[in-house]
Amino acid sequence: MSDCIGHSAPEPAFLEPWHAQVFALTVSLNEAGRFSWADWVEAFSATLRRNGLSRNLDGGADYFNAWLQTLEAILAAQGSASPQEVALVRRDWEEAYLNTPHGDPVQLAR
Amino acid sequence: MPHDHSDHPHALLPSDPALRVKALETILTRKGLIEPAALDEIIDTYQNKIGPQNGARVVAKAWSDPAFKAALLADADPVLADLGYYGRQGEHMVVVENTPAQHNMVVCTLCSCYPWPLLGIPPGWYKSDAYRARAVREPRRVLADFGVTLPADTAVRVWDSTAEVRYLVLPMRPDDSEGFDEDALAALVSRDSMIGTALASPPQSSSEASV
Repeated sequence: MSDCIGHSAPEPAFLEPWHAQVFALTVSLNEAGRFSWADWVEAFSATLRRNGLSRNLDGGADYFNAWLQTLEAILAAQGSASPQEVALVRRDWEEAYLNTPHGDPVQLAR
Repeated sequence: MPHDHSDHPHALLPSDPALRVKALETILTRKGLIEPAALDEIIDTYQNKIGPQNGARVVAKAWSDPAFKAALLADADPVLADLGYYGRQGEHMVVVENTPAQHNMVVCTLCSCYPWPLLGIPPGWYKSDAYRARAVREPRRVLADFGVTLPADTAVRVWDSTAEVRYLVLPMRPDDSEGFDEDALAALVSRDSMIGTALASPPQSSSEASV
């Protein structure tokens, strides 16, 4: 093709699977009425502002890290998932990965 | 116990944020606050079903049908809902028309509000601090970075999206596209042309298209 200027190859919607997961979690919680989208935008933009004070955010990994921080903070404030619960279940997942032979599906023991 | 990573005796450990997301998903599923199947549906929708082709279809229809265009510009929501495009977060869609007198460009200075039902998930640059800060301050220089130079007498208007209002740019129809049907017209409409950081592409001549 001769007209490449201004055209980019199609980008995947999400660069990493966890970006898609955290996006879907948030949309699903909003649609279930756990928080309004306006409240989400307010909290998320505050996180981006805070994180962007020290450096320029690139819109890639930075962006979804800020997204995850925001969702964790909202769920902690609502009592839906406390930081302690998240740390415990995160550790369970980590152990499950370390104890599952390569190639087998990774599942939580309990 | 030390082990040899070279032959991956165990499943590859995901990154820290990936593990935190898995933890949230597990906790919320156990509490009945989310349905894993609903998450899969949302991901499938945004990965495979929604994308700039939706917006391109709207633009092509507006170029072809003056009554549709008038209705779209007057009040986009009902017109888009008829086509099956509506905001799942209840946001309003506003379509802004490029003319020789005014070029429109969309940004979200707050975060990354974007017309998901029409364009899908925004590209990385739309979410970057650089674009969000510069689009308002120096839109012509941003356009130049995208390779777009406008006539000096074309005004540039920048629309700042919010949680409630999302904008779609209706680009100018390229010359030499008379007689094109909606499918052929839609092929001229890129994602960036509907954000306002590109123009709709002129039709390619047949010799170019065969290269």
